[in-house]
Amino acid sequence: MKNSVLKLLALLLLFAWAGCSSDTPETTATDGPKPKSMLAEEADPLTNKGIGPVTSVEMSAAVDQAMADKGKVVYEKMCMACHKPTEKFIGPAPKGILDRRSPEWVMNMILNPEQMVKEDPIAKKLLMEFNGSPMANQNLTQDEARQVLEYFRTL
Amino acid sequence: MKNQSNQLSKLLLGSLAALVLLLSSCGKANQGSASGALSGNAASKVYVAPGQYDEFYAFMSGGFSGQIAAYGLPSGRLLKVIPVFSVDPEKGYGFNEETKPLLNTSHGFIPWDDAHHPALSQTNGETDGRWIFINGNNTPRLARIDLTTFETAEILEIPNSGGNHSSPYLTQNTEYVVAGTRFSVPIPQKDVAISSYAENFKGALSFVKVEPNTGRMNIEFQVLMPALNFDLASSGKGPSHGWTFFTSYNSEMKNSLLEVNASQNDKDFVAAVNWKKAEEYLKAGKAKDFPANYMHNVYSDETHMATSTAMKSVKVLIPSECPGLVYLLPTPKSPHGVDVDPTGEYIVCSGKLSADITAHSFPKMLKAIEDKAFDGEVGGVPILKFESVLGGTVKEPGLGPLHTEFDGKGNAYTSFFISSEIVKWKVGTWEVIDRQPTYYSIGHLMVPGGNSMKPEGKYVVALNKITKDRYLPTGPELTQSAQLYSIDGDKMELLLDFPTIGEPHYAQGISASKIKPKSKQFFKLSENKHPYVTPTEKDAKVVREGNVVRVYMTTIRSHFMPDNIEGIRVGDKVYFHVTNLEQDFDVPHGFAVMGANNAELLIMPGQTETLLWEPKSVGVIPMYCTDFCSALHQEMQGYIRVSPAGSATALRWWLGDEKPVQ
Repeated sequence: MKNSVLKLLALLLLFAWAGCSSDTPETTATDGPKPKSMLAEEADPLTNKGIGPVTSVEMSAAVDQAMADKGKVVYEKMCMACHKPTEKFIGPAPKGILDRRSPEWVMNMILNPEQMVKEDPIAKKLLMEFNGSPMANQNLTQDEARQVLEYFRTL
Repeated sequence: MKNQSNQLSKLLLGSLAALVLLLSSCGKANQGSASGALSGNAASKVYVAPGQYDEFYAFMSGGFSGQIAAYGLPSGRLLKVIPVFSVDPEKGYGFNEETKPLLNTSHGFIPWDDAHHPALSQTNGETDGRWIFINGNNTPRLARIDLTTFETAEILEIPNSGGNHSSPYLTQNTEYVVAGTRFSVPIPQKDVAISSYAENFKGALSFVKVEPNTGRMNIEFQVLMPALNFDLASSGKGPSHGWTFFTSYNSEMKNSLLEVNASQNDKDFVAAVNWKKAEEYLKAGKAKDFPANYMHNVYSDETHMATSTAMKSVKVLIPSECPGLVYLLPTPKSPHGVDVDPTGEYIVCSGKLSADITAHSFPKMLKAIEDKAFDGEVGGVPILKFESVLGGTVKEPGLGPLHTEFDGKGNAYTSFFISSEIVKWKVGTWEVIDRQPTYYSIGHLMVPGGNSMKPEGKYVVALNKITKDRYLPTGPELTQSAQLYSIDGDKMELLLDFPTIGEPHYAQGISASKIKPKSKQFFKLSENKHPYVTPTEKDAKVVREGNVVRVYMTTIRSHFMPDNIEGIRVGDKVYFHVTNLEQDFDVPHGFAVMGANNAELLIMPGQTETLLWEPKSVGVIPMYCTDFCSALHQEMQGYIRVSPAGSATALRWWLGDEKPVQ
């Protein structure tokens, strides 16, 4: 009699405990919404704008040379340790980048690399392709990132 | 049987209660507030959930470690050890070329000191979170730490001092930090018989002016006092602003067996210095220029390096020539701590050997001066009559009173070393309200802002001298023990024990919100004015000037430029000037070379630091990054080829593609 009461109590307590824990979503392994597919090939690289502060970029048909010159100075100071303009180094070369990516994606990669390599399908794939080397956040301003983008158009 | 069923029903009830509790707590786990059954639980009052911040910073002196340790309160979590007076190989402090000048003194480079009393800068009597000052006790010095970087920004040597103990105890707008000497010494130093103490020795009280924008320190003047031993200090506030009070012992003026010989007199003195009067005497040209020899060392966040300048004289005021500059307040007995209350009216003094706590009254002191209520003099300094300045006495509150802090609600908290307790009492009525034991033998104590005009009276921290059995034993040497008490209720409540570095003497506390928003995340490369900066990888190079080789090197995740160097010779002095090109928070790189006789470099983003390496034998020597920086941190490495002295091996360097011999 005593034993079965104890067992019942133990069960009840266990039940109550389990009921508690199932309220916290991060401990639930099943029945959650399925994560969005993150396979890179599913994203169209030229329409993917990436994740970050830049949602649209206006670009004139012709290169703004003054802006590009400024961008070159920033690039050489802040980016060259890992990105050579025309050849693969620690990271990929920016030459021809706008044939492969949207301008917004490029700027978001510069401005928000931590989130991009975690959540953007293309950036995630690139991180693995480049030996897990993180894209360093060099804390460029949005203007500076825009200037660097203009410089990329001249490569 | 009856007994059994009783037990059973008790068990049943207990379990049901537990069940109800558990169910009712469902869904509240993330709300953070401890309510219901948890209230009154000490653990919940010091629990800072993972990822959450502490409410206060606490800065504990490192005592004989020479450093300051920054903690979070109420958790007691160690946030950073800030190297100040002692070298710290972990950070390269005192080992890299940039910080060596900070530890320069008139005696040469000194890798250690004994740091006692941190003092947060104040504006209008309130802590402002700009700087923290601390005294070096052994080789007399004062340091200023910048609280945007948590790094030592300046160290000033104090001449004519024999141990800087009653220091820094700054004024309410950080006009001055003070530096009273513990030992009286011959001034200027000379070869005399020690027994000529009373005749030949003097005690200097230094007033160090702080430049309000930069924090730069400068010895404005010294007051040359008779041969007393100055112990602690407290600057006036509000009505008493303009005065600083120094406790002293050894009014007997003895030079041996002080334990006995300096404990004879019933009363010793508090020296009250009118520094506003001193400023008038300075202006009137009353100060004498005394030759002196001391170093002033300043670190720059622009050049990322310190410079050391030799200083050659100080201005000295002689009390007998400057009436009204300083008075002596008789104080029972061998006073140690002196603490001006937040209203600025009372000067609370703790006579180590006195049964009582004595509070002098500042208004009564002014009246006594006006009435010339003198009781003799010492070396031209008038002694005020004890009864004429006495403001109140806390009668027999405990044994061995040392220090007092305030909570801003009219209460005072005094530490008692011998009876090992904190006693709470009321300022003005002098009645004891509460007492709590400390474990063991408390020295200083600290309420955040508790020495300012605006204490943040939520906690008091006991800084204990004896640890004994409080923690798991670690052989004969034990860590020091701090204890946190809540003081926001009527009764003090012990919440937490936590270990501290070195031997903490005094400490300071401040709301995190006064420091956190101003905390620097990295140094801007564009503002780096280091003479050997390498601003981009393109600028990396190796330059030989005779047997001095300068390596202009960069770091970024995860490589050095260059990472291969040839043409170094045995007997060279190789300076690695390493610039961290990262421009993001929390991406330092380390740098270490096999066989280097100093330490690593730990280079913050945007900073340049220099390691000197003198290779002694031929070979190919590895170097690597010591601070885990990325997934490929382990690959952040390189080689330096060392050829024999006089070898013709070409000087060249590269990263990736080998650079041809030029």
